[in-house]
Amino acid sequence: MPQTAAPCHDKLPIRGTAPILSFDAIACVRGDNLLWRGLSGEVAAGGALRISGPNGSGKSSLLRVLAGLLPAAHGHVTRGCAIGLADERPALDPALTLTRALSFWAQVGGKGAGDVAHALDAMALVPLAQVPVAYLSTGQRRRAGLARLLIEDAPLWLLDEPTNGLDAASIARLESVIATHRAAGGAVIIATHLPIALDGAQLIALGGA
Amino acid sequence: MKAWVAILTADVARDLRSGNWWLPVAFFLLVALLFPFGVGPDARLLAATGGGMVWVAALLATLLPLDQIFSRDAASGALDQYALRSLSEEGLALTKILAHLISFGLPLIIAAVPAAALLGLAEARWGGLLRSLAIGLPGLSALGVTIAAVTLGQRGHGALGPLLLLPLAVPILIFGAGSLSDAGASAIYYLAACSLSALAIAPFAAGAALRAAREA
Repeated sequence: MPQTAAPCHDKLPIRGTAPILSFDAIACVRGDNLLWRGLSGEVAAGGALRISGPNGSGKSSLLRVLAGLLPAAHGHVTRGCAIGLADERPALDPALTLTRALSFWAQVGGKGAGDVAHALDAMALVPLAQVPVAYLSTGQRRRAGLARLLIEDAPLWLLDEPTNGLDAASIARLESVIATHRAAGGAVIIATHLPIALDGAQLIALGGA
Repeated sequence: MKAWVAILTADVARDLRSGNWWLPVAFFLLVALLFPFGVGPDARLLAATGGGMVWVAALLATLLPLDQIFSRDAASGALDQYALRSLSEEGLALTKILAHLISFGLPLIIAAVPAAALLGLAEARWGGLLRSLAIGLPGLSALGVTIAAVTLGQRGHGALGPLLLLPLAVPILIFGAGSLSDAGASAIYYLAACSLSALAIAPFAAGAALRAAREA
């Protein structure tokens, strides 16, 4: 049976060399609409890519295509590493407390209670650890989804509007978590129409027309 | 393997916690309780038709939890997360079949004892009834999970699921109920064959349906 792809932090090449994800002339069709086409690019270890564009320009679709959840209508995507995705759905059981809901994903990924505690701490969720997920606010739920991503330990993060619903302090915390992740050889692709601090990020602007 | 065990445990725990498991069981017992009112107090008639009635009730009871099997995970984003972790759709379908069997099949088998008593089935036949349920219910779970995957993402799939499932379940129903009659000694083997075929095909059919639903 297939297992979770092993995280490859320790095997990653030195920052900025070989790409851990590259895509070549990809296009996306939803229904009868051509959302975007001819997109090419690559993300190396330690790198960052920001996808901007108005609502409905296909930012989320691009993330799903890059993640392999949606087939590209044209072109191809090469993935070299495990991928973690955080979108507006935290994928946490609403009836469970935050700790237990996160522990489920720790078990699925073969991680321990220490990883859960570390993720809760990194997202400043420790005071909410025993609160059922259903009672969390929008911003808290978003942070819980990011905590789930931290537990996963995937080298490449795909974040869909990660700052939605976050207060200023949480955005700063998210930016520092992303910086730490990149410094450790991770990479990040962020789809957002809001400003976020990303040093040396490449930019893809969708739906200009 | 660890991941599958975690998913199975979480699924069964969720069904037990939310109390979902007793609704099919209550429905099952209610049918057994109401059936004698419908056909009248003829003990011989009840004993002769009771076994088949238990099977019809079991089939209808397995329909009740169908629409929740995948829709909760799809809505929460968990299905995408499984896919990102390279957990195969086929393995997930098999895990869901096992979870459905534990959460809903086992309580039904236990509830079949009072149901058989309510219908006035001779005690000598209880063993055969429980055996046929134990062999047939895995097949019903497999069909149920397949239909749940096929109807995932369809509007109004709450009504579509049973419509698709019932014709597919007819062989299991025929041989399951048939194995209870005096002339039905070989029916239990046909029941096992139907159930095993469903179990063998279901993970692949459901897995393909889950992939199609994600990529739609």
